Amino acid sequence: MPVKSSNGSLANKFARVGYNAIVKRNSIFLTTIFVSAFAAEMAFDTVSDRIWDNINKGRQWKDISAKYTTE
Amino acid sequence: MFRLSAQSTRKAVQRLAVQARYQSTNSAAASSMNAKNASVAVAGVATVGALAYLSMESVDANMAADGLHAPAYPWEHKKNLTTFDHAAIRRGYQVYKEVCAACHSLDRIAWRNLIGVSHTEDEVKAMAEEHEYTDGPNDVGDMFQRPGKPSDYMPNPYANEEQARAGNAGAYPPDLSLMIKARHGGADYVFSLLTGYQDPPAGVEIREGLNFNPYFPGGAIGMARVLYDGVVEYEDGTPATTSQMAKDVTIFLSWAAEPEMDDRKKMGMKALTLLVVLTGLSVYLKRHKWAAIKTRKILYNPPAPRKH
Repeated sequence: MPVKSSNGSLANKFARVGYNAIVKRNSIFLTTIFVSAFAAEMAFDTVSDRIWDNINKGRQWKDISAKYTTE
Repeated sequence: MFRLSAQSTRKAVQRLAVQARYQSTNSAAASSMNAKNASVAVAGVATVGALAYLSMESVDANMAADGLHAPAYPWEHKKNLTTFDHAAIRRGYQVYKEVCAACHSLDRIAWRNLIGVSHTEDEVKAMAEEHEYTDGPNDVGDMFQRPGKPSDYMPNPYANEEQARAGNAGAYPPDLSLMIKARHGGADYVFSLLTGYQDPPAGVEIREGLNFNPYFPGGAIGMARVLYDGVVEYEDGTPATTSQMAKDVTIFLSWAAEPEMDDRKKMGMKALTLLVVLTGLSVYLKRHKWAAIKTRKILYNPPAPRKH
């Protein structure tokens, strides 16, 4: 059932576009959930790893390993 | 004391029971006696109980018997979001290898555990190969010697506990794998012990072959001071002072006792971040859903009075 807009406000317009694009078909809805979960986790891990490495700069093995590897 | 109190309690209870039997026929005087006895009995039991509790609760600060309490050092790796200093783990391994390993085993650490923590894979393979391990049986049922592999565990300096005791005047050098977790005070205690050797104070007799260390319970420890300035030579140029070596080897042993600490803290940071976000989300959702209910007003509209 498409969103019925009671008034033509901007929020309602967005909700209608979003509903029609994502929720209307179950296949697209499920795909969106899985893909966005995957993307969100990747983004979250990347950002938090970067913060972690920044907090612990110079303390971890990857920071000092270059001194001991002879390539 | 307990038996006395039990007897008096029993007597009070018996008296209560006797009086209760006459209560229906007796007047109000008996019932007031009753209450008096009961309160005396309760007070007696409470006093005895409190005395017993106080006598069990002993506040004991016997330095000689329990060891001097180690001061709390500001270990970097004890902060919530800080990993081990892996350069210190590497130096600490060197101290363990060159000093501690002469007497102390490290049973729960395998060579492979050092890979990616303090040494490269090639270094670990080379270090493991320096030691001989008994393997087998082979095709004809004989055990044989082979050079170590990264999957082997750290070699034990003694074949068994008896040999270890015989080599150390009866004192058994404990395994160090979990030493930081196994001792009250943890890293602070180990660091204090390693740096706390001194001459016994006047009046303290230390048996031949033992050494005085105020941080060791009892004060007399079988292990002598081993860390002196310059005992090892660090490859990264760090001055090998006694306290530097004690700090490094304590950090190495902290890692050995808790090798998962770095990952655990990182996961904790991620988990807490997610939980904060989800908590905020659920608070918002609850308020959103309840907004209509919370803001409604109930209006009483009295019917118009009837005209007669």
